[in-house]
Amino acid sequence: MAAAMPLALLVLLLLGPGGWSQAEPPRDTLREELVITPLPSGDVAATFQFRTRWDSELQRERASHYRLFPKALGQLIAKYSLRELHLSFTQGFWRTRYWGSPFLQAPSDTDHYFLRYAVLPREVVCTENLTPWKKLLPCSSKAGLSVLLKADRLFHTSYHSQAVHIRPICRNARCTRVSWELRQTLSVVFDAFVTGQGKKEWSLFRMFSRTLTEPCPLASESRVYVDITSYNQNNEPLEVSPPPTTTYQDVILGSRKTYAVYDLLDTALINSSRSLNLQLKWKRPPESEAPPVPFLHAQRYVSGYGLQKGELSTLLYNTHPYRAFPVLLLDTVPWYLRLYVHTLTITSKGKENKPSYIHYQPAQDRLQPHLLEMLIQLPASSVTKVSIQFERALLKWTEYTPDPNHGFYVSPSVLSALVPSVVAGTPVDWEESPLFSTLFPVSDGSSYFVRLYTEPLLVSLPTPDFSMPYNVICLTCTVVAVCYGSFYNLLTRTFHIEEPSTGGLAKRLANLIRRVRGVPPL
Amino acid sequence: MAVAATSATDIEVVRGRRAALFCAAVAIVLGLPLWWKTTETYRAPLPYSQISGLDALQLRLMVPVTVVFTRDSVPLDDQEKLPFTVVHEREIPLKCEFLQGQGCLVELRSVQRCVECPTKEPECFSAFFSEPSAFLSQDKMSYIGPGRTAVVRGIMHREALNIMGRRIIQVAQAMSLTEDVLAAALADHLPEDKWSSDKRRPLKSSSGYEITFSLLNPDPKSHDVHWDIEGAVRRYVQPFLSALSAAGNFSVDSQILYYAMLGVNPRFDPASSSYYLAMHSLPHVINPVESRLGSSAASLYPVLNFLLYVPELAHSPLYIQDKDGAPVATNAFHSPRWGGIMVYNVDPKAYNGSRLPVRVEVDMVRVMEVFLAQLRLLFGIAQPQVPPKCLLSGPKSEGLMTWELDRLLWARSVENLATATTTLTSLAQLLGKISNIVIKDDVASEVYRAVAAVQKAAEELASGHLASAFVASQEAVTSSERAFFDPSLLHLLYFPDDQKFAIYIPLFLPMAVPILHSLAKIFLETRKNWNKSEKTD
Repeated sequence: MAAAMPLALLVLLLLGPGGWSQAEPPRDTLREELVITPLPSGDVAATFQFRTRWDSELQRERASHYRLFPKALGQLIAKYSLRELHLSFTQGFWRTRYWGSPFLQAPSDTDHYFLRYAVLPREVVCTENLTPWKKLLPCSSKAGLSVLLKADRLFHTSYHSQAVHIRPICRNARCTRVSWELRQTLSVVFDAFVTGQGKKEWSLFRMFSRTLTEPCPLASESRVYVDITSYNQNNEPLEVSPPPTTTYQDVILGSRKTYAVYDLLDTALINSSRSLNLQLKWKRPPESEAPPVPFLHAQRYVSGYGLQKGELSTLLYNTHPYRAFPVLLLDTVPWYLRLYVHTLTITSKGKENKPSYIHYQPAQDRLQPHLLEMLIQLPASSVTKVSIQFERALLKWTEYTPDPNHGFYVSPSVLSALVPSVVAGTPVDWEESPLFSTLFPVSDGSSYFVRLYTEPLLVSLPTPDFSMPYNVICLTCTVVAVCYGSFYNLLTRTFHIEEPSTGGLAKRLANLIRRVRGVPPL
Repeated sequence: MAVAATSATDIEVVRGRRAALFCAAVAIVLGLPLWWKTTETYRAPLPYSQISGLDALQLRLMVPVTVVFTRDSVPLDDQEKLPFTVVHEREIPLKCEFLQGQGCLVELRSVQRCVECPTKEPECFSAFFSEPSAFLSQDKMSYIGPGRTAVVRGIMHREALNIMGRRIIQVAQAMSLTEDVLAAALADHLPEDKWSSDKRRPLKSSSGYEITFSLLNPDPKSHDVHWDIEGAVRRYVQPFLSALSAAGNFSVDSQILYYAMLGVNPRFDPASSSYYLAMHSLPHVINPVESRLGSSAASLYPVLNFLLYVPELAHSPLYIQDKDGAPVATNAFHSPRWGGIMVYNVDPKAYNGSRLPVRVEVDMVRVMEVFLAQLRLLFGIAQPQVPPKCLLSGPKSEGLMTWELDRLLWARSVENLATATTTLTSLAQLLGKISNIVIKDDVASEVYRAVAAVQKAAEELASGHLASAFVASQEAVTSSERAFFDPSLLHLLYFPDDQKFAIYIPLFLPMAVPILHSLAKIFLETRKNWNKSEKTD
């Protein structure tokens, strides 16, 4: 393919007048961060965040020269005038009840919304989704935190969610100029208890089979945070090594947390041992106390029997002892489940709960799903049940998926809520604070924003006999052929007048006997 | 009684026979056409004869040349013959689907004195004959300007017009079409022995192109590389592309890729304490890099990649060696139809005394000289073949002469026509072979449009209107490809014959068997009666 050849330089370049006076190219910065949280259940959650901020008006300036911001995504924003894009690939389900509220949850499947929202619950996430995601990182997977991203370990986890979030952020208070922010997040939950032979201890090497060796030279910030919050105040049950140089305290998701901070750009950290292998040990076995239950969690299921009707139920738990708070529930149900909106019932504590706001957009066959959005007030320490009945529709026989008896997925419902905090947080500078605390900034410290996704549901639809068309053809043809045959027979048959014949077998037999008896034959 | 019975039986037999014949007739006259009509694949009528006519299309490319004589450039008696028109024809036989003929029309016009030389560019080629001293030094016979003009030295001779005619044709050929240009344009359509890698170099014709400049920095720990790509594109690339804009739409973008490695490890050369990439290893350089380049999300145009590679500290300086082992002067190479790669070594003085990473400012003039030269090659703008004793003007500031652009448009038009013809012919062949292909009305109208565009382009080429010919040829390509790649063509393609039989047999077998049976019986009986009557005779 390639051919080395000396090039004849025949092009003379003339310099345009005044071409050199050019403003500095748009500034872009990269921050990367890894948060490791030992979960109450003994699992370990690791959340990577890579944030590229580009001070460029992508759409207005028609910028086409990229540095840290990936070209593929930039072109997408410029060409299709995207305002925001969120795309996530998730395998597994974040168990809010046992793991606590996530920094950022994603439904267990693939979802993307550009001014619109869509979920593909059937899609499977695998290595081929991780590779292009890694290519978007400026340091690829060669340096910095991204060396830990090894596909064979990341997919051997109970939960894996990778996402791309693009959004404009204001550069000044009046938002006259915007910058573009690309956040690439990856959260995994390692089942430390099972893989660690019953021990709840972990290290970077044991989880990722890699250690951190060098910071990404392009990153302006590269940090590892380890959650070392102790649940009972008097003693420190766990020990992190190497000992952290600094700790960071903040109110995260409504409770006060303490993090050990490791700054990879701090040259002393890696130089001492050539690599950084964070380890966590329990000083004494952790008590098997019930983990603190998050204030908001939810559950969803399908009930009913038979293949005609059914009921979708969502249980919303508010475990806050004395505060009620509103929740925005968003449901998209495929059109082949025909919802009966008059059967929508919301009950909490045995009484009917009237939603303060309802938006319902009915489905159109083969065009759009049902959209049901409600603002529900959840009373303190209560369970609210939202249920709605549906009828299963019959699809056209070409619309069934290759494996129709597996069932059809119904995408999870989305819960968004401002949950009251236990401890009041203090507003902090957005650009300075760690990335995991700035995904959903809340100006008011008394509550925090949570978005939860329920389980996706699998509903079986009545499936026809797929060989039916051929059977019908064969049956019809046979009936036509039989009718035609008798008709044809009737038309073409020739009638003969038969002379009475000389006798059949019975007569000959009788004559034989008669001859034996000596009687004259018949 | 017996007679009545036999006559009744005879009537009955005749009636049965008639009924059977009638059923067979209904089945054949009504049933078969009905079945044929209802199960037919729809095919709109197509201009097959015109398409097969395209196969033998002979292109006539006309290059109109206006010759303007200055006052004392020809003998007086010759001046009286002016103005007149000469047509010079030349055949370029290229054995491919069609033959190329080339006409070169030389129009010799009136005697004008041209002193104020043309400021605005003429629409067609002009050759000026001037007094010896005005433009040319003594040893040159002609001068080719950057626009569409050339100056040829006049002579005072008996055969002045003939000699000058030959010179004009020489110059006009250098500025317009040559066999090489056509062969390169048709490289894909010519038999294998005719092409070489050189002819396969230019990018295939398309209505638009994307040009991506990528800076590869495999070692950001040691090198902090900056390039002023915005300025360089604005200053050097955009003027060139806007001069070339008649040939298509262009979009330019750039990116910086970190930790992007080449696919091969450079060898160390102890003599010069430098590293080198041998020529045979260059083909392996591109592949690993290409996976990082990313595909374009915004368009489907072909992409030209230009990579500037700043070797890592451990492998620098890095040089590219040619076949003989000598370092290539530009330290760059290009890959046909893909793009170019240039290795940019960091000045070793930069490492003295400063801490890593070293800040590297790329000298964009050096880089863009190479990339623009590669860009010209990839677009098939080759070095002109200058006739002897001819002076070639320096290029214009855009780096592209007007007649070079014309030459490119000619080549592209011919290539487009060849592509469109091949596409249409293959479509026609395919339709002849596979009976299941549906041709909808809109596909058929695309085919008609493509055929009309091919014919129009050929006519425009023959009458010397280059710009409209190029536009028509592009339309021919887009229409023909839209027709060829229309997804509706495939709708019934997967309908295997065994399934058809499985569906038809339950109906046709029970219906056909009695009809055939009674027809056979009737046939046998009539033959028997025939024989009997012959015997009685």
